[in-house]
Amino acid sequence: MQIPFTVAPRPDTGVNNAKLGVWLFLASEVMLFGGLFSAYIFLRIGAPEWPGMVGGHAYERASDILNVPLATLNTMVLIGSSVTMVMSWASLAMQRFDRYRLYMGATIALGFVFLVVKAFEYGEKFSHGYLPAENNFLAIYFVLTGLHGLHVIGGILVNMYFMWPGARMWKTDPKRFTNRIEIAGLYWHFVDLVWIFLFPTIYLL
Amino acid sequence: MADHAAVPEGHHGEDGHHESFWRKYIFSTDHKVIGIQYGITSLLFLLFGFSLVMLMRWQLAYPGQPVPLIGWLFSDDTMPGGIMLPEFYNQLGAMHGTIMVFLGIVPLAVGAFGNYVVPLQIGAPDMAFPKLNMASYWVFFVGGVIMLGSFFVPAGAAKAGWTSYAPLSVIESMGQTMWLISMVFLITSSLLGAVNFLTTIVQLRADGMGFMQMPFFVWAQFITSFLLLLAFPPLEAAAVLQLSDRLLDTSFFMPSGLVVSGEVVDVAGGGSPLLWQHLFWFLAHPEVYVLVLPAMGIVAEIIANNARKPLKGYKVLVYSLVFLGFMSFIVWAHHMFITGMGQVMSTFFQTTTMIISVPSVIILTALFLSLWGGSIRFTTPMLFALGFLPMFGIGGLTGLPLGLAATDIPLHDTYYVIGHFHYVVAPGTILALMGGIYYWFPKMTGRTMNDTLGKIHFWGTLVSMNFIFFPMLIQGLAGVSRRLYDGGQIYAHAQDVLVYNEVMSIAAWVLFVFQIPFIVNLLVSMKKGKAAADNHWNATTLEWSAAPSPPVGHGNFRDLPTVYRDPYEYSHPDHDEDYWPQDVPPAEASEN
Repeated sequence: MQIPFTVAPRPDTGVNNAKLGVWLFLASEVMLFGGLFSAYIFLRIGAPEWPGMVGGHAYERASDILNVPLATLNTMVLIGSSVTMVMSWASLAMQRFDRYRLYMGATIALGFVFLVVKAFEYGEKFSHGYLPAENNFLAIYFVLTGLHGLHVIGGILVNMYFMWPGARMWKTDPKRFTNRIEIAGLYWHFVDLVWIFLFPTIYLL
Repeated sequence: MADHAAVPEGHHGEDGHHESFWRKYIFSTDHKVIGIQYGITSLLFLLFGFSLVMLMRWQLAYPGQPVPLIGWLFSDDTMPGGIMLPEFYNQLGAMHGTIMVFLGIVPLAVGAFGNYVVPLQIGAPDMAFPKLNMASYWVFFVGGVIMLGSFFVPAGAAKAGWTSYAPLSVIESMGQTMWLISMVFLITSSLLGAVNFLTTIVQLRADGMGFMQMPFFVWAQFITSFLLLLAFPPLEAAAVLQLSDRLLDTSFFMPSGLVVSGEVVDVAGGGSPLLWQHLFWFLAHPEVYVLVLPAMGIVAEIIANNARKPLKGYKVLVYSLVFLGFMSFIVWAHHMFITGMGQVMSTFFQTTTMIISVPSVIILTALFLSLWGGSIRFTTPMLFALGFLPMFGIGGLTGLPLGLAATDIPLHDTYYVIGHFHYVVAPGTILALMGGIYYWFPKMTGRTMNDTLGKIHFWGTLVSMNFIFFPMLIQGLAGVSRRLYDGGQIYAHAQDVLVYNEVMSIAAWVLFVFQIPFIVNLLVSMKKGKAAADNHWNATTLEWSAAPSPPVGHGNFRDLPTVYRDPYEYSHPDHDEDYWPQDVPPAEASEN
């Protein structure tokens, strides 16, 4: 049994199954993060001061608590990884599997850099006793960035699969493999995009 | 199941290997097997959820008296000496709602019927992502196991109602954590399912099947999947926030200065219990339509087939469905009129609520009108479909006073609300789902269910359900609150309507007795039922006209069908037979 339109797009819809599937999945992800962002707005509107009391000290700006330079660095890292992700897909489209390996490797490495920086940031907070239970600002900070971090980890796992075991498909079905990288890329760009909303919302506003 | 052992030999040759038992029945990627897995699991959960409420009904009818026959089975933490503790009553109530909605009806309506029927009706060999489909079932299964397991943790299962309102749910015992983790699994499962259904319906329709040639059931599943896709994630977000409140001591839903048992709770505070309600109802109102739309789809199929005429106003039905799906996202706060969220909000949400009743009424009316002038066959599935119409009508009409702030405020949290939504879901959706089982059973197994037993099941169910739920409306109008451990005995205003407690309880147990013929019928007919023809009901849709009964193991059809006409061409003047299947080529073509 063969399921139609796994590789070639269906003529009247113009997409293949996986591409439609990933867009639908991303729509639900928008609703997930949308729910959390709404919670953020709801809590902030209801709060007398924001970010408020942390460690017995009243703060007026989120940037006084959080490490903006590190987060800026992380923003650059994620944007860079999105670029290398596109390059890895483009390399496959140009039949350059060696370059695909290079760019995919860079994407994975940048993903890890993001996580290491994030872990450093978390560690800094923990060492000051800034825990999620401290106040609602830190709570939403940890939940939102934590959930985003889980998405990054998920993306790295997917990319590592396509870097090594999944890459065997290049030999048997190159077109389908290229599609898979495109789809993994759509997810990776989404994770990047979430951060681009997260960064100003939590760190700067 | 037995039916898949009888799959035609052809496909074994194609695959070139014999599949192991595990691949074929347990970790199958065939949408039909997964549909049946969902069906069996969810029917068991429905029975379990029903058992919980049968226990509760004893306490409501005879408060403080030991439960006869089975009372000794329970531990001292739940029912010492057979007498139910209030804490256990609360567990039963919360778990009844949760299990019926998330583990019973949704997986039966979407997981079972959607999985089994949708690919067949659109002429697809399988779902677009078979492995994802399997994952969706097993994630659901794990979620179900966690939910059941929560009965056995210290202090038992969740007790904060199926709505898990904060802050009560945050200060609850460990069962609530299990509830939240289980919900995360269930939400993930429906998410995987929804992506799969939408992709399948958009991408895998047979040649010639445009969107307006799809059977109404497929449309219903299509819109339902959109609701699942977009409404469930905010609840997942809410579940994550509540988990964080419980495990990390954050205060998303914890207000400042909350006093529990005379002591101020030691949290940072500043959170909002209302935030939980917003996030919860943003899911849970679309969820109502997730419960109802597949049922409407099933009823439409059965009515068109048994009235032997096309559905009245197919296009209007479809447009109403789409509009309903859209509107269901902006009515959620009509569950929150008494929270004091302000008059502007109330006005907005009661207006949208009145608007959303219009497409519902159009759908119900079109289904009624479809009967007009038909030569109706009163088969067992048709009885269930006909039962659905007035029952859902009562459910819908009793909802109108709840959608308007002025009338909702006195009725809020009374038995009237319970009566209202049970009319929608129990004599409404469940009747339709039962009808669906009788209707598609011949396709799934190649055998028919017994008609006499089916009719006993129908009449017993219909009558006893009304004796359960109608008195609730009366009690509610008298002002009896829901969630009362003693059924309202200590309240003066409840005295006149207390007599109904016993009536409702007896009716609930009678309802159980009338499910026995159904269970026997289902089990016996699988092996011993009369053999069914490929097109048992002389239907026009592809699952009947193009696929054998049961369909081919992998791939459904011997040859993928092509569609030539609309889905319900019954009693067409240009055709000799009274049904004209979608895949039969036009006369000119076949003569050549």
